[in-house]
Amino acid sequence: MTVLEGWWAYVFIAIAGWLATDLWRWLGVLAGNRLREDSEALNWVRAVATALVAAVIAKLILYPTGVLEQSPLWLRLGSVAAGAIAFFIGRQKPAIGIATAIAVLAASLYFLGF
Amino acid sequence: MDDSQTIGSGRDWFLTGMKGIFSLPAIILMLSFVGFCAFTAQAGIPMEQVVFMTGVVWALPAKVILVSSILGGANLLTAFIAVTLSSIRLMPMVAALVPEIRTEKTPTWLLLFLSHFVAITAWVFAMERVQAVPRERRIAFFAGFGITLVLANMLLVAIVYQFVAEFPPIVAGCLFFLTPVYFLASIWSSARHPVIYVALAVGLIAGPLFYWLAPEFDILLAGVGGGTLAWAAERSWRRRKEVRA
Repeated sequence: MTVLEGWWAYVFIAIAGWLATDLWRWLGVLAGNRLREDSEALNWVRAVATALVAAVIAKLILYPTGVLEQSPLWLRLGSVAAGAIAFFIGRQKPAIGIATAIAVLAASLYFLGF
Repeated sequence: MDDSQTIGSGRDWFLTGMKGIFSLPAIILMLSFVGFCAFTAQAGIPMEQVVFMTGVVWALPAKVILVSSILGGANLLTAFIAVTLSSIRLMPMVAALVPEIRTEKTPTWLLLFLSHFVAITAWVFAMERVQAVPRERRIAFFAGFGITLVLANMLLVAIVYQFVAEFPPIVAGCLFFLTPVYFLASIWSSARHPVIYVALAVGLIAGPLFYWLAPEFDILLAGVGGGTLAWAAERSWRRRKEVRA
């Protein structure tokens, strides 16, 4: 694992983080009026963007860092599955799904002696 | 003067926006930030960099990708591409929000400035509640909420960072887990287009698949490849439905 140091870290974050995100926000402002909500191009952009974030989510669940690195995979997948079931039963309220997933994870970690 | 008497002053609405910090989405986001804080502390990213990142990047998925890129030793260009591709979603989000909050008199520079405060939580919050705000006051309302949320989380990160390393393992683990679970739930529940559901499912599978095939470019490939696949699949279903109808 690499950690950046000194002024280079801030340049790195400013370019690869700040510029990389605000660029799209600024384009969003400029496009605001012109972009057609029903265009196929926007649909593709939505799909790519969502898949990207989904890939990040999957990596966080499958290959976590820190404490969860030592936890079994079935436990993490089971917690997400329990959260998903509660989420859909609970009329797709995020708080219900999140609370269930975390509660199942916490209880399982406790029983496994973490 | 008549205007501010009937619809309330800009300052009142800015304050109303600020109070949004006590809403459920804001609280979940702050807990997610505590989780993100634990993630960065465990990875050894210095606190000053995490606070800086919170202020200038703001969007949590983009920050997670940025940190992952840094930890993976990615060069500046690779990190930029991975983060920028993950942030394309900000463009349609901002583009959809702008017509909701501006008036004919709103200067573009103000919208450019305020767009920085757009991320999943602020966007969902604003799109839901802005309807109840008089149009002339929507900019003030969004500014109050967005700016407060960013500053509060910067402060939160600065304070919490020193403690997260000492959290009991179960708490640290749960906080880490909040981030992916929160994203899953909020993307699903805030999706307004069928393609989002397909892309979410495909991306969840494509992420690990490309991590296994090409770990250096996994996020990028999963996004472009998986997203295109999801888009094409959803489009063909849509067309078939249209043909039948």
